[in-house]
Amino acid sequence: MPPNLSFEQAPPISAPYRFFLTAPWFGVAAGLLLAFMGGDLLASRWTPGALAGTHLLVAGFMLQSMCGALLQFVPVATGGNIWQPGRVAAWVHPLLIIAAILLVAAFLTQHPALFMAAASGFVLALGFYGVVVSIALWRTPTLGATLVALRIALIGLLVTLGLGVTLAYGLVSTTALPLLALTDVHAAWGLGGWSLLLLAGVAYFVVPMFQLTPAYPAWVARGLPWLLLALLLAWSLQLFGLPDGARAVVWFCGLGTAGLFGAVTLTLQARRRRKVRDTSLLFFRTAMACLVALPFSALLFVALPEIGADPRAAVWLGVLAIVGVFVSAINGMLYKIVPFLNWLHLQRLCPPNSLPPTMHQMIPERAMRRQFYVHLAALPLLLAAVWLPVLARPAGLLFALAAAWLGVNLAQAVGNYARFKNRIRAAA
Amino acid sequence: MIALTDPLRHHHQHCDELFVATEAAAAEGDWPACQLLLTRFHGAIEDHFSSEETLLFPAFEAATGMAGGPTHMMRSEHAQMRGLLEQMQGALTAQAGDAFAGAAETLLVFMQQHNMKEENILYPMCDRSLAGQADGLDEQLRERLATA
Repeated sequence: MPPNLSFEQAPPISAPYRFFLTAPWFGVAAGLLLAFMGGDLLASRWTPGALAGTHLLVAGFMLQSMCGALLQFVPVATGGNIWQPGRVAAWVHPLLIIAAILLVAAFLTQHPALFMAAASGFVLALGFYGVVVSIALWRTPTLGATLVALRIALIGLLVTLGLGVTLAYGLVSTTALPLLALTDVHAAWGLGGWSLLLLAGVAYFVVPMFQLTPAYPAWVARGLPWLLLALLLAWSLQLFGLPDGARAVVWFCGLGTAGLFGAVTLTLQARRRRKVRDTSLLFFRTAMACLVALPFSALLFVALPEIGADPRAAVWLGVLAIVGVFVSAINGMLYKIVPFLNWLHLQRLCPPNSLPPTMHQMIPERAMRRQFYVHLAALPLLLAAVWLPVLARPAGLLFALAAAWLGVNLAQAVGNYARFKNRIRAAA
Repeated sequence: MIALTDPLRHHHQHCDELFVATEAAAAEGDWPACQLLLTRFHGAIEDHFSSEETLLFPAFEAATGMAGGPTHMMRSEHAQMRGLLEQMQGALTAQAGDAFAGAAETLLVFMQQHNMKEENILYPMCDRSLAGQADGLDEQLRERLATA
């Protein structure tokens, strides 16, 4: 049966929105945690506060928004048919919230039962989600670089999950597991596999589409997913023992590949035919600039070993990747996705020969722009706070403010959706 | 090898160029230029829609027997884009920059995802189902969509 090109196989609007409306508040929690705990949180990536804050962002903010976006994106971009997306979202969304909160509580209290409860929650939620989305992605008859990137991204999510569960088990049991290596491999699959490839798969589609840039060169679009997969597999060899030299080579190749993708995207955006400079574009360029900064930071740490050996060097890379790249990119994407979905669902309700208010009336541009400036101020402050602990509290507060403002802007968009919907119904 | 639907793919890019120029003229507040460009853009879009609605889609529907499927959805999306073009024209007549930008942005995103669905899914289906049996259809499409 050929795919039907309607939006009918796209999910009900509540499916992505329940994820989108939740995501920013995990960011708020992360910012407040930093403001509460202060500079100690950023002293090393292994402090309970750093692990809790990291997972508020990756398993809260990022995972929520990415799971919601993928439900929407798969049918439109690949023609893949997701089974009952409304029902999937209704199960996965609350389970992910509970699992993320349990995990953060586990890091903060080091209570074994909480680690196992969180792991069970993630297995249930992501196992179910992974199966449903896999079926859609592997059954679709279409081809293309986006599809390959999404398939490998989903594999990355499931590997991250498996390694995360293993880590949770390792932390609570007496079994001797290589916890440090497992953590490095878990983080690489989560950020470099699932997150970066999902970002790339979406970017192949939306960067040319929103700004009318040239398409990504075929060697980038087709090569990146396979190259990252190969590098992640090579990186995973450290679980079985990998010489330091080889590990370093894989590390720099991985960061270099990520940076190259950022540089290519910035170059494409510089060549865009559409000259409108909207807030979404500014967020996306911030994200890509941070992606380019990653390999340069790592090189700097090699050139200046007294800084590179400091545990805070890894924290710097983490802030740059998680807040700089992914939170920025997601924030910018939400500012395109939500107004468009509002419009798309409202126009279906309109009587023939009439249309709903335009995308610009869903979230005021001025509110988006101001929220961007707060995010843009929070990011360097967070990076500076890694080295100057006195800045940690203001940085945390400012980041919490940016995330809360995103949450308010999105809630306002949903409010506008309801208001316009009532108006259309009343007029009909 | 040249596919049957290649002229339609190229014409999408031509429409994109006209969209960009129209939107830029509005952003600069050059309403006379914007009117000229919008008229050209509107004309190009109508050429495109009518090529699909009167040539490609009927041939596809006859070859596959699928009249209520993808082509039906594409036709209804054309109608929505026509509505957005009217919104742009209304804003232009009123010289309302913000309203024009809002309608243009919405049209762009809607049009791009429409084009992606056509280029990634429907056109390959047409190329496959009409291969070798579409007498003269490729020339008709090329003539109708000549942009020079």
